[in-house]
Amino acid sequence: MNRKRVGFFDLTGCEGCQLTVLNLEEQLLDLLEVIDLVEFRELMQDQAERLDIAFVEGSVVKPAEEERLRAIRAKSERLIALGACAATGGINRLATLHAPDHLWSSSFGRSEPLWEMGTPRPLAAVVPIDGEVPGCPIDGREFVSILQGLLMGQELEIPTFPVCAECKLAELPCSFEQGAPCLGPLTRSGCGAVCIRGGDVCRGCRGEVDNPRSGPYHRILEEHGWQVEQVLAELRIYPHQADGDDDAAAD
Amino acid sequence: MQLRINQLARIEGHADLVVDLEKGELVSCRFEVVETPRFFEGILTGLHYREVAGVVSRICGICSHSHSLVSLTATEDALGIDISDQTRLLRELLLCGELLQSHLVQLYFMALPDYLLLPSLIQAAKSDRTLLERALRLKKGANAICEVIGGRPVHPVTLRVGGFASLPERKELLQLQQHLRNLLPDLEETIDLFAGLDIPLFSRPVSNVSLQGDGGYPVFGTHMESSDGAVLPVAGYVGQINERLVAHATAKHAEMEGHRYRVGSLARLNNHHQGLAPMAAKVAAVLRIGPGEENPYRMLLARLVEVVHFVERGIQLIDRLEDYDLAPEEPPLPRRFGSGVAAVEAPRGLLLHAYRYGEEGRLLEADCVIPTAQNLASLEEDLAGRVPEIAHLEPDEVSRQLEMLIRAYDPCISCATHLLRVKYV
Ligand code: SF4
Ligand code: SF4
Repeated sequence: MNRKRVGFFDLTGCEGCQLTVLNLEEQLLDLLEVIDLVEFRELMQDQAERLDIAFVEGSVVKPAEEERLRAIRAKSERLIALGACAATGGINRLATLHAPDHLWSSSFGRSEPLWEMGTPRPLAAVVPIDGEVPGCPIDGREFVSILQGLLMGQELEIPTFPVCAECKLAELPCSFEQGAPCLGPLTRSGCGAVCIRGGDVCRGCRGEVDNPRSGPYHRILEEHGWQVEQVLAELRIYPHQADGDDDAAAD
Repeated sequence: MQLRINQLARIEGHADLVVDLEKGELVSCRFEVVETPRFFEGILTGLHYREVAGVVSRICGICSHSHSLVSLTATEDALGIDISDQTRLLRELLLCGELLQSHLVQLYFMALPDYLLLPSLIQAAKSDRTLLERALRLKKGANAICEVIGGRPVHPVTLRVGGFASLPERKELLQLQQHLRNLLPDLEETIDLFAGLDIPLFSRPVSNVSLQGDGGYPVFGTHMESSDGAVLPVAGYVGQINERLVAHATAKHAEMEGHRYRVGSLARLNNHHQGLAPMAAKVAAVLRIGPGEENPYRMLLARLVEVVHFVERGIQLIDRLEDYDLAPEEPPLPRRFGSGVAAVEAPRGLLLHAYRYGEEGRLLEADCVIPTAQNLASLEEDLAGRVPEIAHLEPDEVSRQLEMLIRAYDPCISCATHLLRVKYV
């Protein structure tokens, strides 16, 4: 059998999504029976010339990363965004809500830039991609099923209904009923509502469902007297591309 | 001759190594951090205190629990919130999980291949899976702690300011304890394996800085101490630890009172070997690693001793938690919105966060001192000290030995770049 050549790459992120892959443990051993893992910088020294599937973690920030991403694209049959940083820009996009001089002075003690700073962007802003594994971090089980689908040549599919549906299924108490705003009604499911299960609320790490304002769960917000904007103002740690003012940090 | 390794493999984050030699003489040696800064201190400003720990967690997937825990403690200090013993014990158990997780990944996946002359453990598994299987079994035990206490292995979901948002069940804790006990045979094999490694001889004396242990092995604490005898309150770190920006790195180098120093497993072991759990103390004796160790390559062994210690400590902590009827607690309300500082022993050493909050509980200012940044000055000097000793060897062997030295430090570049404020000195 011709094993698919699979590689992992990282741009700007926390490497938590790659760690989640390593954390698959026995399942990882099973996967290694059916794939040929050819590149994974955190674990291996090898570099591959050609890949069937490249998983890329992290956002594109610097010009050098754009080039690296283009090079990965050029040698890969399919390129998949691994996690929120790669799929939507993720937590890195919080930087777009602040002025560059504020960012420089709070992190480096001076307001003039020390080098050229780019805007954190999702992979798709630079190269065409063939799909995404959502989440910050990704969900290990979902990753496995996506990879299995890819190995069988299927189109990549991710859930279209919001996190609320998973909460209801697991009979978790609704955050709104406890007075806490939650991004569950607007957010793509697939994580098993892990944060709500842990006693927290959803902060929307998996990105928005396709039609957030027309779905059946949207009314949960209204029933509890919340506007989308109010919930976002409380919980927006994953600013969506649409509400980012890209020029602020682009300087 | 120039030796250059771009995007070093098997370390956390992105860094290059550049060594310039002229006629066998060292001209310069630079560990160039090329990671893109993410301006965490800047993006934290304006966040509500409830959101801060979850955001700083994303500095680094490998140390997400340490960042979350130190962040919560700094916020609690700033808000005048006290936590219960139940919370303290659970948090320590969670930290054990992360120390184990991080150390095991480093020892097996990052360090070991150098000694076995393999590009990776995954390559090695193509002919023999014993090592990879054992590494993953051990790692699974560490992850089990993080899952049971933190809700998932990376970026915890159960933590909140003032306590826990959800608690493990008694049954889960007991299963977890059994899981940890079951790791012992694999640990023994690991100790045999590492005891037999041919670790290069090299000696570089340096002062060791860790938190004070309060009689035990250090984890959380209000004071830091150095092997030179200095004791400093964590709250007074400003002015004690200075960070300088160096031209070739997007991270900074830290110095304490003008001296380079080392933090991490060897520093903890050096300062607090008497606080080790019984089996770990025996392992330290067998591996002949303890106070006064001057060979940075042997940091691996200190990490291994800690693996044994934190498995034992995890088992002990679950025993102690058994005495508590774990019950949900109402999160205490803030008594003020002021400034707070906290420190924790993260896998790579002393990690410190300092925050200032304004009215309405929004963060005004953040500062963080990262273990790897504290180690960079020492690492670079060690590299420069090592080069002349090995310059006569084949270039491949020179790079192998230097890469081994870098990996012995287990640098965490994502962390080092993201969160330092420079104080120009
Ligand atoms: S998506 Fe989240 S977990 Fe993944 S790399 Fe980005 S910050 Fe880390
Ligand atoms: S509950 Fe929300 S924030 Fe948590 S993992 Fe799921 S989508 Fe992400």
